[in-house]
Amino acid sequence: MTRSWRPLCVVMLALCAAACENPATPVHQRVLGADAERGREVVVRIACGVCHHIPGLAGARGIVGPPLAGFAERPLIAGTLPNRPEVLVQWVRNAPRLAPATAMPAFPLDDREARDVAAFLYTLR
Amino acid sequence: MSRPFSTRCADAAALAVAAALLAGCSGPQSALDPHGPDAQSSLTLTIVMTAGGAAIFVLVMALTAVAVLSPARGRRGLGAPAAIIAGGIALPSVTLTALLIYGLLVARQSGGAPGEPLRIEVTGEQFWWRVRYPAGDESAAFETANEIRIPTGRPVVLDLISADVIHSFWVPALGGKLDMIPGRTNTLRLQADRPGIYRGQCTEYCGAQHANMAFFVVAEEPAAFAAWRAAATQAPRAPELPQPSRGRALFLAVGCGACHTIRGTEARGTLGPDLTGIGARTSLAAGMFPVNAGTLAGWIASSQHLKPGNRMPSFDTLSGADLRAIAAYLESLK
Repeated sequence: MTRSWRPLCVVMLALCAAACENPATPVHQRVLGADAERGREVVVRIACGVCHHIPGLAGARGIVGPPLAGFAERPLIAGTLPNRPEVLVQWVRNAPRLAPATAMPAFPLDDREARDVAAFLYTLR
Repeated sequence: MSRPFSTRCADAAALAVAAALLAGCSGPQSALDPHGPDAQSSLTLTIVMTAGGAAIFVLVMALTAVAVLSPARGRRGLGAPAAIIAGGIALPSVTLTALLIYGLLVARQSGGAPGEPLRIEVTGEQFWWRVRYPAGDESAAFETANEIRIPTGRPVVLDLISADVIHSFWVPALGGKLDMIPGRTNTLRLQADRPGIYRGQCTEYCGAQHANMAFFVVAEEPAAFAAWRAAATQAPRAPELPQPSRGRALFLAVGCGACHTIRGTEARGTLGPDLTGIGARTSLAAGMFPVNAGTLAGWIASSQHLKPGNRMPSFDTLSGADLRAIAAYLESLK
């Protein structure tokens, strides 16, 4: 009986430890080593709000792109790609490479910035 | 024992207010953080007037307290003819005259370093700023928008005009405020002592987007300024990369040139801002957004949503790829 409990305990412990990072973000949406707060600063700096409605950001009320409220819960990015961290990190840097018809341009972000932005987007639920 | 919740809330609120007040003292748009001789003398004048007013207020309150609280003999002293002449006539005449003379002197001596000033013409338009550098010994005339580049340590004379309604020009960190009145040219002298980017704002209500009518003054070392000016008079080279090249062709085909000028192209419209060099400007849409391919595309597609009432229509018939191409072209104009 004790034995069968062990794996469950391990899973629960792992979940608890993971929860310390950001309780709202589920494991499959974690972006390794990224900081959502830094991502938020990048989003403000390059003014994503010109095209997107972003909850919690002053002045971010654009209508050209889709609103980003609840983005973390969406199954698809831009209605075409699976909403997974590895895809999203590429998408925020170079959307036209993944979807040539999109109006969203490529942004000169480095890898860390792209990861931070993705982490920020997964806080939107 | 921990203090009650309400006390802690009050402390937090007081801290927040203090932080907000202190934060208001510096930054790119503050008269309390001067970066030029005119702004400095305005601040000194403000401090002297405020301190003088406060001293007089304290004196009057003290005399009031004496009049109300002191015994009858003290009150009689206050009512004596000598006291009335000294405190009621002599003191105000002397202090007010002194402050008036000081204020007039400060207003007269504005201007900064001696020497030939740089002249720039700034036109207020609903809801942006047209900036024209007249032809000088060093360079040909050219136009830009929403950004005024000036050299440090040299006085600048701005010819302020308006194309439509009354606007007002103010860069708090550099100098005083002056109205832009249709049919008139007002001149404002200012000078930046140090390189920096200073924000200015329309300070006379001018219509729906008055609050979104800002600009930046970019002060640079004289050598950097001369280099910028020399480059700014040149027409930009046609882009070589495929995407901006396609964007250039689209820009002309869509008809952007009816309102905008890009030197070196057939786009020669004068209704809207000159876009030569837009990719290197500090802001888009008169201080609203940074300039990058994303903000340019978003602005072109939804300018009426972002700044309702401005003269540029939203170009919502362009495909995503075309929009990106035009934005890439504009961003390349540096």
